[in-house]
Amino acid sequence: MKYLCLIYDEEKKLGAMSKSESDAFMSEYYAFTDGIRKSGHYVAGEALQPIQTATTVRIRNGKLSTTDGPFAETKEQLGGFYLINARDLNDAIQVASKIPSARLGSVEVRPIMVFDQQ
Amino acid sequence: MVDAVYRSDSRRVLATLIRLLGDFDLAEEAVHDAFTAAVERWPRDGVPANPRAWLVSTGRFKAIDGMRRRARFDASLAELAHRLDVDANDPATWDEEGVEDDRLRLIFTCCHPALPPDAQVALTLREVCGLTTEEIARAFLTGPSTVAQRIVRAKAKIRDAHIPYEVPARGDLPGRLDTVLHVIYLVFNEGYSASAGTSLTRPDLSGEAIRLGRLLIDLLAEPEALGLLALMLLHESRRAARTSSAGELVLLGDQDRSLWNRDLISEGSALVQRALSSRRFGPYTLQAAIAAVHAEAPAAGATDWAQIVGLYDVLARADPSPVVELNRAAAVAMRDGPLAGLTLIDAILARGDLADYYLAHSARADLCRRLGRTAEARASYARALRLTQSEPERRFLERRLGELPD
Repeated sequence: MKYLCLIYDEEKKLGAMSKSESDAFMSEYYAFTDGIRKSGHYVAGEALQPIQTATTVRIRNGKLSTTDGPFAETKEQLGGFYLINARDLNDAIQVASKIPSARLGSVEVRPIMVFDQQ
Repeated sequence: MVDAVYRSDSRRVLATLIRLLGDFDLAEEAVHDAFTAAVERWPRDGVPANPRAWLVSTGRFKAIDGMRRRARFDASLAELAHRLDVDANDPATWDEEGVEDDRLRLIFTCCHPALPPDAQVALTLREVCGLTTEEIARAFLTGPSTVAQRIVRAKAKIRDAHIPYEVPARGDLPGRLDTVLHVIYLVFNEGYSASAGTSLTRPDLSGEAIRLGRLLIDLLAEPEALGLLALMLLHESRRAARTSSAGELVLLGDQDRSLWNRDLISEGSALVQRALSSRRFGPYTLQAAIAAVHAEAPAAGATDWAQIVGLYDVLARADPSPVVELNRAAAVAMRDGPLAGLTLIDAILARGDLADYYLAHSARADLCRRLGRTAEARASYARALRLTQSEPERRFLERRLGELPD
């Protein structure tokens, strides 16, 4: 069973970290990623560039529109993700609770939909 | 006979079938099919030696059979049916302890923190206790369609997010326990003072909550689980004294204490002691301790109100709420006189808290009556009357209103 862990952080809070704080935070992430590779949970994971780099694309009445920024303004921004393999939701919650951003921001755990293949 | 077994065992059968079939809706359908088969066969062939085991295996067989028939159109069902068939022959499926744990699995799954709180309660009442959506709606003061929708959504989340059907690991238990205790207590209360209808109490529901409480302390003797069970037992001990032969509500102070169930009281009091000595107790244990002080008083006049007020003080710090304040005010009225209590109740009502809570108004009315403030007493009884949906409570309030001097 695959789950996507969507990591939400306050970019302001992260930006306000000192060099040593942010180094420590990053090394926590390296250790966490290492841990879930070893435990077999890891499928994929990436960090995202901050939201100033985001572009929202939509097509309305056949016309392409591109706008700056994310779809909605929120206090916490999507900052990265892990795709994991977990036994069930309890297992996925265990993994998600160890993502360093769970302490500062929040992690949304979403089961991956499986489509029947005929 | 089938009716009696349905009442006593349908939820247990359901809990086991959810484990065996891995799906709430499939299991509910299987329970229905199993009881339909029982109505047909038991009168003809006689009641089986172990009705519950018969119902579980009949329900499982019908579910797998149904899946095989549908497999003609959907090949994936054939594989599922085969797997369920093989799994169910594992002896671990049938050991008594495993089957008894199924209800606990069901409770922890229904009370999973990934479900919204109102859905946890609705799902537990529906699946574990077998209440109808109408009964749950009344307990929640909401509409049956809202409750039905909560249950459907919760079941969909259990299925789609793969919330496992299991008792949590030891490390997660204490946290998960809080949710379960809250839900069990709500179930008990619905049975102890039914929120609506013609009967004051629903003993089956309270009995169910107590059974769940006992099961829980067997698994994890956490102080608050002991405290909750103690609280339920001590309340339950007064059931016979709580309604008159005419079905009227009798208040604690007026109850015939010889009707109190001494066995339940000593069991409850012993549990309170155990929980208190752990020094890790919380609101349930404190409420149980208060109930134990009442239970130990040989007569209403001999109640140790100072100790009760002291316990409410601790409770108000551990778990502050307007209802705790209201109860504390009533205890203060007994210790220091009705005027002291009335001052506190008026302060709570002035804040706007409990304005729609009938017990606040009936308690206020009672204190006004004792102070000879008849007009105020009448207004507060009338207000309380408009706020309760329970027939015995209405009759009680009407009787009190009628007893007021002109």
